[in-house]
Amino acid sequence: MYPAAFAYSAPETLDEALATLSQEGESARVLAGGQSLIPMMKLRLASPAHLVDINNISGLDHINSANGYLRIGALVRHNDIVNSADIAAHNGAIASAAPWVADPLVRNRGTLCGSVAHCDPEGDWNSVMLAVRAEVVAQSAAGERVIPIDDFVVDFFTNSLEPGEIVTEVRIPKYTGKGGGAYLKLERKIGDYATVAVATQLQLGDDGKISEAGVALTAVNNKNTRATAAEQALVGQEPSDELFKEAGALAARAAEPESNVRGTAEWKRNVVSVYTRRGLEASLAQARA
Amino acid sequence: MQINVTLNGASLSSDVEARQLLVDYIRGTGATGTHIGCDTTSCGACTVLIDGTPMKSCTMFAVQANGKSITTVEGLKQNGELHQIQASFKEKHGLQCGFCTPGMMLTSAALLEQNPEPSEDDIRWAISGNICRCTGYVNIVKAVQHAGEEMRKS
Repeated sequence: MYPAAFAYSAPETLDEALATLSQEGESARVLAGGQSLIPMMKLRLASPAHLVDINNISGLDHINSANGYLRIGALVRHNDIVNSADIAAHNGAIASAAPWVADPLVRNRGTLCGSVAHCDPEGDWNSVMLAVRAEVVAQSAAGERVIPIDDFVVDFFTNSLEPGEIVTEVRIPKYTGKGGGAYLKLERKIGDYATVAVATQLQLGDDGKISEAGVALTAVNNKNTRATAAEQALVGQEPSDELFKEAGALAARAAEPESNVRGTAEWKRNVVSVYTRRGLEASLAQARA
Repeated sequence: MQINVTLNGASLSSDVEARQLLVDYIRGTGATGTHIGCDTTSCGACTVLIDGTPMKSCTMFAVQANGKSITTVEGLKQNGELHQIQASFKEKHGLQCGFCTPGMMLTSAALLEQNPEPSEDDIRWAISGNICRCTGYVNIVKAVQHAGEEMRKS
């Protein structure tokens, strides 16, 4: 299968890439890992007139933790995250999700930032980014913009980037106290999209109560969805089995899954409930460790 | 567009259309051991090593390989000798129809480079992007383990 013809450029600096994107506007797309974009182009679901390949730009493949943030650059591959000591040390939800993204070959090429920008409701990373309250850093010829993840994920395959903008990194606030997180994914086989997945993150205050909570859902709505009621029920409370069960029930109410070949809507809601509870248990255990 | 690549050690300079898929470029050079299976990033039959890392060549454009070194199954054999992974797939009957085998061996060879003594779990995890519809994977795992053992001896 072949995509429609396109013009291609592979600039070596971000400024050059931004200039091309600014010039080409809506007809241009950024090519990073291409593990979603290229199949979509081959299936003619996407036909950009111009591809700006950013793989030759240096300085976009960083994972670092400075000034209270973990920063993940636009060319960081999923597998770089699997292997990152910085990620393992600083964020449980991201570390736990990385090995479950696609399959090992796709993880060698695909990028976190690309997946975030793609906004596939069955994609894993945006649920994790919601749970950890990430910010997306976008650059254009006009300058830099920092977009909270809740404002970035707009709808089904729709983000809030303007034409000419490119995601250069995501940044994740580091735990302020004791923290932990998890990503639980149910998939039929490795490399398949999630049937259901749940990202969780908990932070504990000095008093042992939950100071911050993140719960977000994959593949059960038309976009990755924050389970706001579940989060609100958790914050300020003493962690307990009862509380986590309640949060699970609240998270299930935030899910509006479709019945399909992967399972019925009712069953998927049950999985959301159970995975939320288990994810919170794992997050708590990690925060207390 | 003009690209320069190293394919199995040989330098090639070619003029390609931007939308030409890497797998078709490779096959067009006569190296038809790289297979096209699903053509949708699912099966791993088109796996090649790009600068030593296994990737799906149906999901890259040939222009993206500019300046890179590509290894296909044809590049495993050196000086007339089978690569150990090839010898072990033969020894342990790690294939039946053979369609997935080039990708399976390249992924396994890359695994053994990084992890010379993988557990069964490590192997199954590493090859989980390469789908085999014949063997049930049992003999593939045995072949990779055997290759690891033999490579550690030498």
